[in-house]
Amino acid sequence: MERKRETKTGELVRRFRYNKSAVFGLIIILMFVLCAILANYIAPNNPTPSPPELARSLKPGLWSEDGIKEMPLGTDALGRCVLSRILYGARVSLSVGFIAVGIALLLGITFGVIAGYYGGWVDSVIMRIVDIMFAFPALLLAIVIVTVIGQGLDKAMIALGIVYTPQMARIIRSSVLYIKEMEYIEVQKAIGSSNWRVILRHVLPNSIAPVIVYGTLMMATAILDCAALGFLGLGAQPPTPEWGAMLSKSYTYIVSGAWWAATFPGVAILFSVLGLNLLGDGLRDVLDPRLKT
Amino acid sequence: MKWYITKRLLMLIPVLLGTSIIAFSLIHLAPGDPARTMAGEHASQQVINAIREKYGLDKPLYIQYGIWLNRALHGDMGRSIVSNEYVTREILDRFPNTFELTLFSMILAIIIGTIAGIISASKQYSILDYTFMGIALFGVSMPVFWLGIMLMMIFGVFLRWLPISGRIDILIPLQRVTGFYLLDSIITGNFTALISTLRYLILPSIALATIPMATIARVSRSSMLEVLRQDFIRTERAKGLSERAVIYKHAVRNAMIPVITVIGLNFGLLLAGAILTETVFAWPGIGRYVVSAVRMRDYPAVQGCVLFFAFMFVIVNLITDIIYIYIDPRIHYK
Repeated sequence: MERKRETKTGELVRRFRYNKSAVFGLIIILMFVLCAILANYIAPNNPTPSPPELARSLKPGLWSEDGIKEMPLGTDALGRCVLSRILYGARVSLSVGFIAVGIALLLGITFGVIAGYYGGWVDSVIMRIVDIMFAFPALLLAIVIVTVIGQGLDKAMIALGIVYTPQMARIIRSSVLYIKEMEYIEVQKAIGSSNWRVILRHVLPNSIAPVIVYGTLMMATAILDCAALGFLGLGAQPPTPEWGAMLSKSYTYIVSGAWWAATFPGVAILFSVLGLNLLGDGLRDVLDPRLKT
Repeated sequence: MKWYITKRLLMLIPVLLGTSIIAFSLIHLAPGDPARTMAGEHASQQVINAIREKYGLDKPLYIQYGIWLNRALHGDMGRSIVSNEYVTREILDRFPNTFELTLFSMILAIIIGTIAGIISASKQYSILDYTFMGIALFGVSMPVFWLGIMLMMIFGVFLRWLPISGRIDILIPLQRVTGFYLLDSIITGNFTALISTLRYLILPSIALATIPMATIARVSRSSMLEVLRQDFIRTERAKGLSERAVIYKHAVRNAMIPVITVIGLNFGLLLAGAILTETVFAWPGIGRYVVSAVRMRDYPAVQGCVLFFAFMFVIVNLITDIIYIYIDPRIHYK
């Protein structure tokens, strides 16, 4: 049994390695993770100097003669190093992604398993609530929640976690419904295993593939939505170096030709989301070919 | 068919009631006294008392909800704290702008998305296929507000081809008939206004259209590939039909079914995207209105917008489902 599982893992790794776009996505994400971890060491400047150095406001980067040498991607309106803020921003965005998806997983697994395993009116009630939450565009629902619980990065994470819960609950529920009908679950019940034992030992481990796949893709959405909230001024508050908030503070200056401060944070969002999308699609091909669309 | 549509309509009732409960609870979940929240921070005690009286805020919650829902059904969502205008009025004033923007974007996304998808699938693994799918991959990963800023920068600031914010050149007079700028300028025969509104419409539409366009391209490609592998296509080819006829007469029709679902689902993304696009381009629509309402803690306005967006979303999904059964008769047997 143990040996068989090992060879299965080996096969999965092999299939993953042959999937070029998945490997590419993984490399991109690992680079962002490295930036986030090592931000203290690799960032050339302090991302949030106080007081702001207004004399250095909106200076271009390396490509221009007017640039400041130690600020390769230029400075923003408050004279802060754009590169350093992007590197520190990786911390913010990746942790928001993780935590929001973590909250969605926790709540989604709970509701999804209860709905799928027990069925009946419990299922109906939970699924109706899910339907209602699906009647809102995700970003709008997040904005609504933020209106109630208040603005800020921590609140944005909670809001996004709640917003993604229905989707996760649906995914878990459908995989629980599928597994529940398998013969070995019947056997477990017949030999008298408790419901919780069946769920924890047999149902959940078997629904892990879709959770990993959709969790990865959901993290991409979380990074986008968190940036959107930051951009609207409802997420991360200044001076937090968050990519979306950085854009909202900089884009009015493009009229005066200062394009860098509004360009590079967006590139960071784009590539982190792209990496997660590639990785998620690749994982789907590897882990569960049935899910392929 | 009729039975299916009736059932589908009945299923809307709990969803709409649920969304109304969410919108209603906004004010009560927010910290502080609801009457004060609705009246705004600087309101006098008199105004607060009047509001408490009017909305029955001293009564039990379910009665309050009844009063509120009754008023909402009659189109009274209360007054905006900021402008003191009726929220319904403010939303209806802005609706045409959001409608024009989203409709224009959707048409753009559907046309370009499906064509790119069909071409990619019929020339699988060609350079064209890789190019389209590469662009689509970037398209789905792009933050829409950043794309808007980039378009603004390139076409508005550097090249100076197109205006970067607003709905129409403020110096051009346009008589308001329906509130839809494009329609009004056509009705009144105001050609300068028509050109101006179109010029202001281009950049926001492209920004908003990109994500649905990319999704539609990807889905129509994979759906086409699936159809092209089926037996009846092989039969058509064996019959000696030209590749062109096989693809455009037989494959496309069958491949479009999943695409329609995706278009419906994308409408939600489009509404969310409109919130961001309108903010970037200072577009006077509902998306920008809801953002400023949230920032100003203008609860009645937020409630109105929430109900409005949810209602729109639900209606679009309903329309998608109905179109779906017309196109795919097999759905009856499910």
